[in-house]
Amino acid sequence: MPLLTNLHNNSKAQIVLGLIFGICFGFLLQKGGVTDYNVIEGQLLLTNFTVLKVMLSAVMVGMIGFHLLKHFGYVQSHAAEGTVGSNIIGGLIFGIGFALLGYCPGTVAGAVGTGALDALFGGIVGLLIGAGIFAWLYPSLKPVLMKWPFPSVTVPEFLKLNLWVTIAILEGVMLAFLLILEHFGW
Amino acid sequence: MFEYFTLDSWSPYIAGAGIGILSCIAFLLSNRPIGCSTAFVKARGLISRAINAESVKRSEYYREIVPKVDWPFMIIPGIVIGAFISVMLSRQFQILWVPTTWGDAFGYNPVLRIAVALAGGVLLGLGSRWAGGCTSGHGINGSIQLSLASMITAACFFIGGIGIAMFLFRVIGA
Repeated sequence: MPLLTNLHNNSKAQIVLGLIFGICFGFLLQKGGVTDYNVIEGQLLLTNFTVLKVMLSAVMVGMIGFHLLKHFGYVQSHAAEGTVGSNIIGGLIFGIGFALLGYCPGTVAGAVGTGALDALFGGIVGLLIGAGIFAWLYPSLKPVLMKWPFPSVTVPEFLKLNLWVTIAILEGVMLAFLLILEHFGW
Repeated sequence: MFEYFTLDSWSPYIAGAGIGILSCIAFLLSNRPIGCSTAFVKARGLISRAINAESVKRSEYYREIVPKVDWPFMIIPGIVIGAFISVMLSRQFQILWVPTTWGDAFGYNPVLRIAVALAGGVLLGLGSRWAGGCTSGHGINGSIQLSLASMITAACFFIGGIGIAMFLFRVIGA
């Protein structure tokens, strides 16, 4: 089995790896410009498309890399079934917070590293409170979270298409979107 | 080569491609998507436990997402450090209370900005756990795995975000 199970189960090594992945991720987020409030709020106001450029190029590269690794048995899928009650309602609540705060849970930590105090005293403190509220509500929210499951776990299952055909289509759509952005100078 | 690391910023496509590669390495070495919102549950659980250990022991959610210092926890201090290294290399570290986009629309009073940011943070913490992930966990890493739920969730992040941002800056702050 080519999965690196021994490494995955080594909890001390994983703590160090978590820190290293975080450092690299934070570095790339900052260099990509997305730890800046103005850039993120600009994306939500559709005046600055840096956030989508970073996200879509990450997904374009990662999608091919992940499925090649998966094809050879080095990684496994973690995609899980979603529901309207969890993903759509939760996603919309997230969106409201995203606009008010101007950072998301990863970029807020990056912004703290650049010296943004609204990210620290508003964002980090708020996220800790919000996570606590969810933990408190969780037992009573469970029926809502399970409400109206989506028909499929993955996009190729949903579209009833071959995996690599789906990937080719999605890569094409993302590439076309980025080319349109560049064409109009957004 | 080193000079590249001292640049103020990189092309978003280069940074994005780097994040895509990093995500693949995380799946390979740690068998996990890089997600950021779980850390806040764990940190909150650790804080609550210090105040009242019984309440955490009784909580169903903290039995599922165990409050401890592990991979999902370490990602957040890592991001703070990584972004800090990046701005130190480019000499851009700057203590800031109110970002300009906010200040130009609503004024540079830090109390108002922190109050709204705090409200946003609470909703972000609630929403990310409600949806089971964030812009990174769902938006990037879930989409990489072709998860239908993750792509729908990411769309909702932006639908909600664009709607409220437009209302905030184009209606109230216009």
